[in-house]
Amino acid sequence: MTIYFEKRSLVVPGDLLAEGDYKVGENTHRVGNKFYATRIGLFDFKGKTLCVIALNSFYIPKVGDIVIGTILDVRVGGWIVDIKAPQLAMLRVVDALDRPFEPTKDDLTAIFDIGDMILAKVIAYDRTRSPLLTIKEPGLGKITHGRITSITPSKIPRLIGKKGSMISILKKETGCQITIGMNGLVLVRGKNPESEMIAVKAISKIERESHTTGLTDRVVEMIKKMKEEGGVSSG
Amino acid sequence: MVEQKRLIDDRGLRVDGRKPNELRPIKLEVGVLGNADGSAYIEQGRTKILVAVYGPKEVHPRHLGLPDKAVLRCRYHMAPFSVERRKSPAPSRREIELSKVIREALEPAVFLEYYPRTSIDVFIEVLEANGGTRCAGITAASLALADAGIPMRDLVAACAAGKVDGVLVLDLNDDEDKYGEADLPLAMMVNLNVITLIQMDGMLTQEEFKTVLNMAMEGCKRIYEMQKQALKAKYLAIKEEVEV
Repeated sequence: MTIYFEKRSLVVPGDLLAEGDYKVGENTHRVGNKFYATRIGLFDFKGKTLCVIALNSFYIPKVGDIVIGTILDVRVGGWIVDIKAPQLAMLRVVDALDRPFEPTKDDLTAIFDIGDMILAKVIAYDRTRSPLLTIKEPGLGKITHGRITSITPSKIPRLIGKKGSMISILKKETGCQITIGMNGLVLVRGKNPESEMIAVKAISKIERESHTTGLTDRVVEMIKKMKEEGGVSSG
Repeated sequence: MVEQKRLIDDRGLRVDGRKPNELRPIKLEVGVLGNADGSAYIEQGRTKILVAVYGPKEVHPRHLGLPDKAVLRCRYHMAPFSVERRKSPAPSRREIELSKVIREALEPAVFLEYYPRTSIDVFIEVLEANGGTRCAGITAASLALADAGIPMRDLVAACAAGKVDGVLVLDLNDDEDKYGEADLPLAMMVNLNVITLIQMDGMLTQEEFKTVLNMAMEGCKRIYEMQKQALKAKYLAIKEEVEV
């Protein structure tokens, strides 16, 4: 029963984390009674469960996730949506319309066209099938305004913070509405482009410095400074 | 016949002044390309290689996808300017073969079974070739895979050893490879102690083979440490910059 790393230390794939009676958590792998890291990230353990908080990852859909996607193609019965997952997602007409679909009358491109961005929910996904989406819930559907930025999915908990501390600071300080898609795309909607830009810059700072300490203070400081300077140029 | 170049001088040093058991100077960098999901750059002596990784993503063409695991696709390619005489940019027999052996050296390290019906693409671009490109390619490719956030059992480190002018040497360069007596490239997952690639050309006695194999394993271990440092360096640099 030995743990070879301290909490929050940086580990890389293949690092021997611990030996003995432990449990496999996120991004760890077991050979016999030895536990190895499988991704570069910060080591952590809760009780007997070992895990690595990845510093770079990609989105694997989970049923129930709210995601932001781009319409890639319009097919006969629905749309092909890019949700930044390994597979393309499908949004069927029945999951988009609240009335029966009439192929002779309805024009799908009038609802969503190629390039449109939508907020949707994953309703089915497993190893054998591509993700299936729905927008039949309040708040979901076409995104009409705002700014989209991205963050690596494993850092979403950091963006939210403990009990939502980080995200509520962001919302309060910038006055923007922030919607986080679990696939790492974040929608920022503010009163003016300047406040949106401040929020986007703050989010990219959180992504870049997620593995450091004292981040919340630095983010608050940065937002204040940018507000004093009268926003930032939208470049 | 042209007179053979001497590969080991009177002091027992090699053509580039190294001792028999010495690696070439290695520089490793991670995350050098913005558009790729993961990337790495390696300089090993005069050999320079850039690697980009994309994925996991949808497989195109579709029929190549597998129902139970991801496909790992490797493309080892030498730039036309990477060698002394211009090389045709079309994939040669040698490049196709090296793409295959590099893929097979990396496959055991990647958790392909996690991502069925997807592909992970590795592009290995040799910018300058001066011997040991397959090993340097594997070393950099495994870093690029880790940088892309693809779950791996271990990093794969690769290094060659061989026999030159009757002396057993580590990490052969181009001249030693061409005019030497034997060459043994080796790739291994060091922490798991698993060999994922072993090739040999030339002639070695059984005793020599054992020694050369041990030398190559020792070389892999040294490169493995450098790989870990390079991966961490990307994040430690940010940490140092902001935490005063």
